Amino acid sequence: MNLDLSISELAKKYRSGVVTPEDVLNECLENIEKNNPKLNIFITLRDRQELLAEARNVKFETLLSGIPYVLKDAYVTKDIRTTSASNVLNNYIPDYDATVVKKLRDAGAILIGKTNMDAWGHGGSSENTDFGPVKNPWDVSRVAGGSSGGAAVAVSARMAMFAIGEDTGGSIRNPAGWCGISGLKVTYGRVSRYGAIAYASSLDSVGPMAKNVEDLSLILELIAGQDKLDATSSPTEVPVYSKNLNLDLKNIKIGIPLEPDQAIKDALVKLKELGAEIMEVSLPMLKYAVPTYYLLAPSETSSNLGRYDGIRFGQDRSNFTQESMRRIIIGTYALSAGYYDAYYKKAQQARTKIIEDYNTAFEKCDVIVMPVAPTVATKLGELISDPVKNMLADLYMVTTNIAGIPSLAIPCGFEEGVPVGFQIQGPMFSEELLFKIGHQYQQVTDWHKAKPNI
Amino acid sequence: MSWQTVLGFEIHIELSTNSKMFCGCPANHFNTPPNSQVCPVCLGLPGALPVPNAKAIEWCIKLGLALGCKINLQSKFDRKNYFYPDLPKGYQISQYDQPLCVEGNLLGHKIRRVHMEEDTGKLLHQGSETLIDFNRSGVPLVEVVTEADFNDSNDSDNFLKELQQIIRALGISSCDMEKGSMRLEANISVSPDESFPNYKVEIKNVNSFRFVKKAVDFEVSRQIKLLETGQTPIQETRGFKETTGETFSQRVKEEAHDYRYFPEPDIPPFEFTQAQIEKWRSELPILPSQKRLQLVELGLSENYARIISADPEMYDVFMKNPTKQTADLLINKREARVVSNIPEEKIREVVSKVISANIAIVESIKAGKTQAIGALIGQIKKELGDIDIPLTQKIISEIMKL
Ligand SMILES: [Zn+2]
Repeated sequence: MNLDLSISELAKKYRSGVVTPEDVLNECLENIEKNNPKLNIFITLRDRQELLAEARNVKFETLLSGIPYVLKDAYVTKDIRTTSASNVLNNYIPDYDATVVKKLRDAGAILIGKTNMDAWGHGGSSENTDFGPVKNPWDVSRVAGGSSGGAAVAVSARMAMFAIGEDTGGSIRNPAGWCGISGLKVTYGRVSRYGAIAYASSLDSVGPMAKNVEDLSLILELIAGQDKLDATSSPTEVPVYSKNLNLDLKNIKIGIPLEPDQAIKDALVKLKELGAEIMEVSLPMLKYAVPTYYLLAPSETSSNLGRYDGIRFGQDRSNFTQESMRRIIIGTYALSAGYYDAYYKKAQQARTKIIEDYNTAFEKCDVIVMPVAPTVATKLGELISDPVKNMLADLYMVTTNIAGIPSLAIPCGFEEGVPVGFQIQGPMFSEELLFKIGHQYQQVTDWHKAKPNI
Repeated sequence: MSWQTVLGFEIHIELSTNSKMFCGCPANHFNTPPNSQVCPVCLGLPGALPVPNAKAIEWCIKLGLALGCKINLQSKFDRKNYFYPDLPKGYQISQYDQPLCVEGNLLGHKIRRVHMEEDTGKLLHQGSETLIDFNRSGVPLVEVVTEADFNDSNDSDNFLKELQQIIRALGISSCDMEKGSMRLEANISVSPDESFPNYKVEIKNVNSFRFVKKAVDFEVSRQIKLLETGQTPIQETRGFKETTGETFSQRVKEEAHDYRYFPEPDIPPFEFTQAQIEKWRSELPILPSQKRLQLVELGLSENYARIISADPEMYDVFMKNPTKQTADLLINKREARVVSNIPEEKIREVVSKVISANIAIVESIKAGKTQAIGALIGQIKKELGDIDIPLTQKIISEIMKL
C-alpha cells in the first residue's frame, strides 16, 4: 500500500512516475469508504471528483506536492464548511483560508477533508463533539484521544498521508500516542495561528501529525515561519529540518522527571544504546500544571467564544455542549472582579514558575522524556462522564503549552493491545533537536510502522 | 451653601491613520457605503487575529508626550469583555493597567491616562430593524481620561479647545465633534464640601463644544436643585437635547460593569526604549501653547497671540513678517470676515423653530414692522451663538415668505 510509505518515499515514486497522486488519493478514498463509518473520522469530506481533478493537476514543486492530507476541523477553509465540531457552527462556511491551509495548498498538498474533534478543542477524547465520538482504530471500543482525534485516526487508518492538528493542552500528542502515530506540539509562535479557531490563544499551537518523525520534519519546514497576520508568530529562522535528521546522540543528555513505566524504560534503553546520557531532573511545579491549565485555558476560552452569539453566523449558544459550557463558566468566574486575583492571576504566577522550572531543568539536560498520557486509550464514555478524570488525563502534556516549549510525541510500544507513546520535550525552538532524537529512535525501532488491522 | 462642582472628562479621538488598528482595512469610514471596509479581523470572524498598527501606537504616544505624560516603557493590550451587537468579537481590545501614557497635564488640569483602543461598529435603526455597519469597527481610538478637577464649564471649554488644537497640530486626527472623530463624555457630580460625592452622572453624545458647555451648566444646576431639596441625584447616563438645552436620562446604572479585563493573548506586550520615546518627542510640532508664548515674546498681546496661534494659516503669514503691523492687518481682516461655521441646515432648523414659537413677532413683521426681525435673530443667536447674520436674514425671509 502506497499509504504505508513515508512522504519522501512517495514523493520519489511520484517523480519516477510509478505512482500518481490519483492512485494514492484513490487508496485514501477506498479506506475512508471502508472504515469511516466505523471510526467516525470525517465531519466534512470534499467532493470526490473535485479531489481527483486536483490530483490530476499536481505540479511537483515541493515534497508535499500531490500528498493527500486531512485537517482538524478547527481551521477555517474558504468555501468548505468549518464547524469546530460544534452545532454552534454546523452550517458555517468561512470566507477565507487559515495560513496553514494556504501554505499547504501553495506546497501542492491535497486537502481531503475536515476531521472530527472535541468541540472547540474542549476535551481529550474526541467524545465532546456534536458529530459523534471518534473510535480508536486499534480497538473500536476505545476512544481515539483528543482533541485532534479524527486527525490522528485518519493517519493511523491510512486515510491520508498526514494531518494538521491543533494542540492547546496535549490535543496533538494525546491522540497521536493513543493511535500509534507521531505528532509535534510546536514552540508557541513557530507556526502561524491565523485561521485557527481559537480555544485558548496563549496556549494554542498548530502542528503536524504523521506516521514518522521524518514526515513531521518535512511538513514543519513548509508550514512554519513568521506570518504578518499573526503578531505572536516568531521571526526565528526556520531550519530545513528534514535535511538535518542525522545526529550522534553521544553528547545528548536526557532528563527524566518521573519514575518511568515499562514502555518508557524500554525506550530509554534504546536511546542509551544510541549514546544518550540519561539523568534525573525535577519539575516540582508539575503538580500544579493541571490546575494552572484549567484556569488559563477556560479564562481565555470564555472570551474567545463570546462572539458565537448566533447573531451574525452559526446557531445560538444553547448549542454549546455541557463540557464547553463548564469551561466557559469556569473561565468567566476566574476573570471576574473579586476572583481574578485568586484564580486567573495566581495561574499566571504559576505559569511563570513552570517556565522557570523548565529553564532550570534545561540547564542540566538537553531534552526531557515523559509519557504522553497516564493511561492507555480509555473506553468510550469513560472520560466524558467524569470531568475530573478527563482533566487529569492531560497531566503530562499541559506544562509544555503553559511554557510555550515544543514536544514531540512518538510511539514506543503497546499496552493492553493498544499503542502507547512518549514525549521528548525541549527548550523554545528546539524542534530540530527533537526531530533528530526522534528520528534516530525510529531508525532502531519499528513501533511507528505498526498499523491497525481494520 | 456653596456647591462644589466635580467635573471630569473621557475623550475619545479617532486617529486618521491609513489603516485600522488591527487590520489592513482603511480607517477613514466617513460617508463610505456600509460594510465596504471590512475583513475577517474587524468582523471578528472565527480564526482571525489582530496585528497592531505601529503608526497608531506612535501617534498615541506623541499625543501623550504633547500632554506632558509619562510614557510607560512597558505596555500591553487587554481585552475588555462585554456583549453588544456592534462589538463583533465580544470584547474590545483596549488597555487596562498599563496604558501607553499616564500622569499628564494640560492648562493646569491633570490627565490621568492616554491609552489606545479600537472603535466599535455602528448600529443603524431603521423602523423595527437594526442594521450593523462594521466600517468603523477596529478604527484606532485614543482615549484621554482627565482627573475630575474642573470647576466649571468655562474651565472645561478652554481645556477641550486646547486639546483639539494640540491634536490638530499633531495631525493625528481631524478631531471633529460633528463627524464623531472627537467624542466627549462628561462626568459630573456636585458636592457640598471638599468631599467626593457618592454618585456620578455621565453625559454622553454631545457633539459640539457649545453644547458641552450648555449640558454641563444645565446638569450642574439640575443636581444642585435636587441636592437643595434633600435628594441625591441618581447614578446614570444622560443625553443632551439640543433643542431644549436640557439633559435627559438614558440609562440607569445599577452597578459597575464587570468587564473581566485580562491581557490580550494575541498581541505580545510592548517594550519601548527611552531613546525611541525621545526620538518621538523630538518630532513633535510646535504646540499651541508654545506658539502663544512665542508670539507674546515677539511683542503681541495675549489676546492677539491666542487668535493668531489658533489659526495655522494666520500663524504662518505672521511668522513670515512678525511685526505688530502684520498682526493688526491679520486681526482686522479676520474681524471683517467673521464667518460662521454653523451649517445652513442647522440655522434653517432653528429659524423654523423660533418662528413658530413667536407668532406675535412674526405677525408684526408681516404687518410691516420689519425691525422686529432683530428680535428673532437675537433668539436664534442665543441658541446657536455666532451666526452668519445676512444668511440668517435670508433664511427668515424665505421661511416667512416675505
Ligand atoms: Zn478589517
